[in-house]
Amino acid sequence: MNNMQKYFHSVMLDRDNCKGCTNCIKHCPTEAIRVRKGRARIIEERCIDCGECIRICPNRAKLAITDSPERLAEFRHTVALPAPSLYAQFGPQVMPRHILGALLDFGFDDYYEVAVAAHAVSGTLREHLSRPHPRPAISSACPAVVRLMQVRFPGLLENVVPVETPMEIAALLARARANRERGLKNNDIGIFFITPCPAKVTAVKQPFGEVSGVDGVISMSAVYGELLNRLDSPSARVTASLSPAQGVGWGRSGGENHAIMNHSLLAVDGIHNVINVLDEIERGGLRDIDYVEAQSCTGGCIGGPLVPQNPFVSRVRMENLVKKLSRRTPELPDLPADPNFYRLKRPILPLPTLKLSHDINRAIAMLEQVERISGDLPGLDCGSCGSPNCRALAEDIVRGYAETSYCVFKLREKLQLLAREIVDLSQMQPPAMGREQSGTGERQEKE
Amino acid sequence: MEMNFNVKGMDFNRAGEAAAKFKKALQLVGMEVATIRKAVIVAYEAELNIVIHARQGSLTLKVYSDRLEILAQDEGPGIPDIALAMQEGYSTAPPHIREMGFGAGMGLPNISKCSNNLEIESEIDV
Repeated sequence: MNNMQKYFHSVMLDRDNCKGCTNCIKHCPTEAIRVRKGRARIIEERCIDCGECIRICPNRAKLAITDSPERLAEFRHTVALPAPSLYAQFGPQVMPRHILGALLDFGFDDYYEVAVAAHAVSGTLREHLSRPHPRPAISSACPAVVRLMQVRFPGLLENVVPVETPMEIAALLARARANRERGLKNNDIGIFFITPCPAKVTAVKQPFGEVSGVDGVISMSAVYGELLNRLDSPSARVTASLSPAQGVGWGRSGGENHAIMNHSLLAVDGIHNVINVLDEIERGGLRDIDYVEAQSCTGGCIGGPLVPQNPFVSRVRMENLVKKLSRRTPELPDLPADPNFYRLKRPILPLPTLKLSHDINRAIAMLEQVERISGDLPGLDCGSCGSPNCRALAEDIVRGYAETSYCVFKLREKLQLLAREIVDLSQMQPPAMGREQSGTGERQEKE
Repeated sequence: MEMNFNVKGMDFNRAGEAAAKFKKALQLVGMEVATIRKAVIVAYEAELNIVIHARQGSLTLKVYSDRLEILAQDEGPGIPDIALAMQEGYSTAPPHIREMGFGAGMGLPNISKCSNNLEIESEIDV
């Protein structure tokens, strides 16, 4: 899909609400936003859909494009893929089976729990870590982190585990089940992920692998009210949840590591913290770590920009649910044993969006200019120019996207010079003018 | 194209800043991914050497279309035996530095591994 467009992004600007303030540009981890003509603009090739700007925008001018639940009508048979984080959004008495019942009552024909796929993926990860691999291996589960690496840490992409995400695995298994049990053709089946974040929307519309098995992505917040109302609905069917504790735990930071067990594991959450850890790995550090679970949102998926519940509340709900579930013996469905089933179908490639020019000599000359200009700028990083900091403005100037006069301090300097010049000029007079009122002076000079 | 960065001894909080700055510059130039990764390791290890062993020093990055040069200069005690310092695991870092997880004797060997050419000059008791 999207042949017309080079990049699909879930994170978009609401032009009417944007006031042109500079809050978002300063929080963007890839410096992908500029303010021009009083409105924010997202540099598409740099945006990683992490949703930091959605969180920070005081005017709610950043949106996540998701699929409308009306799209369910496009398919004969629809399957919901609830993200594990969905289970933590409700009250303490609400169990996964109640939520699944509400999803069916809402209009889905079936569901496939992503937590079940997460459990299966955990097994593949354990197997991957037991064999030689670049150290430390880095999780592929958070699409915002993977895109961050494509843009800012391309050298670390070889450390990313070549394993599909639980969402994609769940989609494959859900489709296979609908084919098998109901004799449905692929076109008749609509598979919808219930997402906590915009990055997953982008991961479906513009997948890392060849194609995504997911047909639509619906925001968790968009269906929350509907699900809440249907929890006690008399029409809600009694259904069963197969989710094991370890799979459900993937919904919060530390969950992947907990499911993998028995290795040297590191969990980091929050995109700016993730950047610090990736910096450390890039410098050659953390070789003693086997696996890095890195999640863009603070707290993990339960901290996603599209979840309805406060992440600290949902963390408690999730911990309690995981405790409850771990007392039971899970009755898992048959899961493919072949590790290749879980493998990423193609390598994740760098997105070199930062370079100044394709010609290296020209790029070196441009870098020299960037250095000179940025040394000349005030270094206050105020953001008034519409670029996130002085250095970024220097880059923008050299790329031709900005001018030195965008800097209010530089503009003021120029104005002061100009003002002085105007004063000087105003005191100069053409010879035909400036005769003194009376007295001596020129009269005596000579006729 | 040349970039300079001053490094202060014992300033662990800022260790890595020069390497990060160099990395950003090399990404703007569009150097190959593998080259950048090696340059980051060389710059970081050299930076850390100054932080651990020297009073002060500087890192210089020189960018050419076909190669990179990283120059580390510092004022410190000097390296009495360079061949010994090049051995993996050999370290003169004091115990309190090692407790911080630094000074494992891998600095110079790592620099050597990540560069095509490494030259070291040192004077003792200057």
